[in-house]
Amino acid sequence: MIYDFLLAPFTEFEFMRRALAGVFALALGAGPIGVFLMLRRMSLVGDAMAHAILPGAAVGFLLSGLNLFAMTAGGLIAGVVVALLTGLVARNTELKEDAALATFYLLSLAVGVTIVSLKGTNIDLLHVLFGNVLALDDQTLLLIAGNATLTLLVLALIYRPLVIECVDPGFMRSVSRAGGPAHFAFLALVVINLVSGFHALGTLLAVGIMMLPAAIGRFWARDITQMIVIATASGVVAGYAGLLLSFHSGVASGPAIILVAGALYIASLLFGRVGGLLRQLFPGRHLEA
Amino acid sequence: MGCALQFRNVTLGYDRHPAVHHLDGEVASGALVAVVGPNGAGKSTLFKGVVGLLKPLAGRIERDAVTAQDIAYLPQAAEIDRSFPINVYDLVAMGLWRHTGVFGGVGRQARGLIENALAAVGLTGFEDRAIATLSGGQTQRMLFARLLLQDARVIVLDEPFNAVDAKTSADLFGLIQRWHGEERTVLTAMHDIDFVRANFPETLLLAREPVAWGSTSTVLTPENLLAARRMCEAFDDHAAACAEAGVMTPATRRACSPPPCGEGLGVGVAVVGAGGAASPTPLPNPPPQGGREQTESVAPP
Repeated sequence: MIYDFLLAPFTEFEFMRRALAGVFALALGAGPIGVFLMLRRMSLVGDAMAHAILPGAAVGFLLSGLNLFAMTAGGLIAGVVVALLTGLVARNTELKEDAALATFYLLSLAVGVTIVSLKGTNIDLLHVLFGNVLALDDQTLLLIAGNATLTLLVLALIYRPLVIECVDPGFMRSVSRAGGPAHFAFLALVVINLVSGFHALGTLLAVGIMMLPAAIGRFWARDITQMIVIATASGVVAGYAGLLLSFHSGVASGPAIILVAGALYIASLLFGRVGGLLRQLFPGRHLEA
Repeated sequence: MGCALQFRNVTLGYDRHPAVHHLDGEVASGALVAVVGPNGAGKSTLFKGVVGLLKPLAGRIERDAVTAQDIAYLPQAAEIDRSFPINVYDLVAMGLWRHTGVFGGVGRQARGLIENALAAVGLTGFEDRAIATLSGGQTQRMLFARLLLQDARVIVLDEPFNAVDAKTSADLFGLIQRWHGEERTVLTAMHDIDFVRANFPETLLLAREPVAWGSTSTVLTPENLLAARRMCEAFDDHAAACAEAGVMTPATRRACSPPPCGEGLGVGVAVVGAGGAASPTPLPNPPPQGGREQTESVAPP
């Protein structure tokens, strides 16, 4: 009975196994990226970046239909260009990162929509907008897994400068020039994870598997390493439970995954060990020292 | 004993407006120098130039034997994100960057160094505390522990004892003396004139222009302090371009060396309580100035 409910969907249906593998890979990469975005107060950057990627993917779709490589390349190019321009403007002018990003992602969006309207075809972009985790083919699965691997490797390489750049950017500048490259590498990782995400969850929900687990981690850990572990684990749990929910209730799988993550987030918000609401309401008697 | 730093007619500033104007001089290797002056005198700007965060508008800062890695810098308001989930131990360990770099490990020897540094600033037992839980004085102790680990030849401290109590100041000054004993070059911006008189052999009195530079007793005279207090803080948006030394006309000289406060600014400003300068008290802030050329633009961005 329990077996039927929890495991049978995956043992019986290949598309469910593929979906599970895809979501796990996605959560592995997106978890740590989300934690860094949150700690750098860039939680909405993922969202804006997803908008920036959309036109690139749409152009790829227009030029060669539902072709994985065209859409991925289009999204990557749009995302990386926007990330680079944002970084350059934020580091060299008075505009802060958020303002610089806002300008360029809006431009990217406008260019994308213009190109689509010029072509004049009424194409179905639902796939790009909402993805389909239940229809992952081999290529897409490999792309997602490859991106997750690359993300973890690059993060391991830039982890130290990235953390120092977050805590004390002034110190980072005074001891090394590695801060800038680390920041750009990090933005590139954000982009490739969003590109992974849009194949499975769509551009709009791809951000969900990044930011919700990160916010969950914040309520349970005081240390960045634990935070990353908790975020990644809750992404994995949300992916698994979301697929089950989708399978048994028939709701769309992408939103189901994000809804489960959202439920975990609300539970953390209420019961979290670090700054959870209940903890604040009933802190217990104060200590002696 | 050579020079750690040489200033060659250095002008530093923002948007072409000088904040440190035509500074010449040398800091001997192993010197312990206090940089004194009112708010807005250019102390922080000078330090940013020394550590290479700000390019001079004119002139050169030469640091022949000293690479950028050899300079440790404690800014006035460290840009630390105190809500970041990191503990005291890891933050202090950042001071080992020169040895570990991006990817190097922290071995047993390095861990010993970190523990010694924490003990030297009196933070033993705080290793696992999140940095958000430290008080102001403890934070400053933590930053000094990180400076200790940086093991730099030149150490630049921008008002390290601001908002720090007497006990902490005394403890941290002990570290500065230790660095001095190890023949490291230490530049420290200070506001406590009595403290400088008692503890620093050499002083640079700065008021945008260098007022005096040399042994502390000859620099911190009532006349020099009064001159420093008369400094004009405001930039003149219509100032003429400063001529090279030696080809000054009366007009450019006037633009180049700003008139005493109250002259040429349209609104008269009295230097209040000038008699106070004769007593060895900390330099008070210059009185607020009237007129359109208020001082907002002085502050670095």
